[in-house]
Amino acid sequence: MPPAIQKQIRLPLSKAIEIALRSLRVRLARSILTLITIVMAIAFLTYIWTTRAIEPAAKAALLQAQGIIVAPDSSGASRTVWLITLSLLVCMVGISNAMLMSVMERFREIGTMKCLGALDSFILKLFFLESLFLGAAGTLVGVALGLAISILLLSRNYGHAAWSNIHGSTLILIAAGSSIIGLAITAAAAMYPAWKAARMQPIAAMRVDV
Amino acid sequence: MTETAPTPPTAPPASNDGREEIVRTIDVIKEYRMGEEILRVLKGITLTIFKGEYISIMGPSGSGKSTLFNAIGGLDKPTSGKVFIDEVDIAQLDALELAWLRCRKIGYIFQTFNLIPVMSALENVMLPMIFGGMSNSDAQDKAAAILKRVGLENRLLNKPGQLSGGQQQRVAIARAFANDPAIILADEPTGNLDLNTGKQIIELLRQMNAERQVTVISATHDFKMLDVSDRIIWIRDGHIDKIQLRQDVKIDVGEMH
Repeated sequence: MPPAIQKQIRLPLSKAIEIALRSLRVRLARSILTLITIVMAIAFLTYIWTTRAIEPAAKAALLQAQGIIVAPDSSGASRTVWLITLSLLVCMVGISNAMLMSVMERFREIGTMKCLGALDSFILKLFFLESLFLGAAGTLVGVALGLAISILLLSRNYGHAAWSNIHGSTLILIAAGSSIIGLAITAAAAMYPAWKAARMQPIAAMRVDV
Repeated sequence: MTETAPTPPTAPPASNDGREEIVRTIDVIKEYRMGEEILRVLKGITLTIFKGEYISIMGPSGSGKSTLFNAIGGLDKPTSGKVFIDEVDIAQLDALELAWLRCRKIGYIFQTFNLIPVMSALENVMLPMIFGGMSNSDAQDKAAAILKRVGLENRLLNKPGQLSGGQQQRVAIARAFANDPAIILADEPTGNLDLNTGKQIIELLRQMNAERQVTVISATHDFKMLDVSDRIIWIRDGHIDKIQLRQDVKIDVGEMH
């Protein structure tokens, strides 16, 4: 005869991924709103990096063609760093807030899942993955948008001088850096809401008030 | 109702000879701190519930009914006293064992149905089986069979939002039975349903209780429940006020008309 009480098994990650993706799809409007926050912050970051990497050389090349030699200008660098930091922080708080709201709203769903046998770790994965998928999608779009805008503006302002200074390797480096930062801030932002969801008690399923 | 002599709280059940006991509480006390004051909601509840019984816990709101119900269901830890499910003291279980207990031993039915809104009826019923480690295809077959049993074979792929209240509660019942639990805990299962739908839900629960020899424990103040319950546990002011057997209640209901 088997023991009266056994230990609950841990589900494979694929199950959590499946449910997380579905939750995102169902709350599409909210998901897109959160997505836009990430897209904008990452697009801004990518745009600034790309512009700063190409503009001085393009400018110098353009002026040189007209016979003017200038020293590279690095003023305003610290202000830009500030702006980027601030935008990323705002984005992080935004994601955290949206996820926290989603957790609070779904107290009954989380409680019910626990009543049905979900482990804390499963709920944690569920909410963490939800944020991470949003973060990944937002980062991807943000990087593409940032690169596109900065290249568009640079080529409009500097023409051939810009194009000759755009190097694929620089762009890849910038895209990779932006992606890492985008994923890192969503992961950081998701930690507290996901932990909060995981800690929710099964008895929350019984709450009738909204 | 005054005509019935209240059965003393320690009265034995109708026939406990040879019957397996499934839930036992011993002197369960639950206190809540409200600032400086300590509020004692349960004042020492001792009771035994047997396998296959249909039990209604009745009492006005604030009587401690829900607290007792939650303690029996392993959802709330009592301040003192013990709760045994299948002869296991649930206070001794770790998180993994508690999750297993909730998944396999107990099926929960809620007043607000609590279906997962993003999942179809079929997926809702599959969920506890998936949590229990069953493969997708096995879970699908079993879930479809249970949904057929509750009369929803044509609604398998509907989302909860596309179902009526009664249908949603049927899905919830199917989900509660998914892992063939020993106990079904139903918290005001008819609280959000109209009279007729409520009757059907109670009837369904009663049938499934008889068919599958599952113990049904329901916290309610729906008098329609009296008719089908084997025993009614009346809670008042944190105590067991009285435990009535069905035959006694039938007289009651007769007198009330």
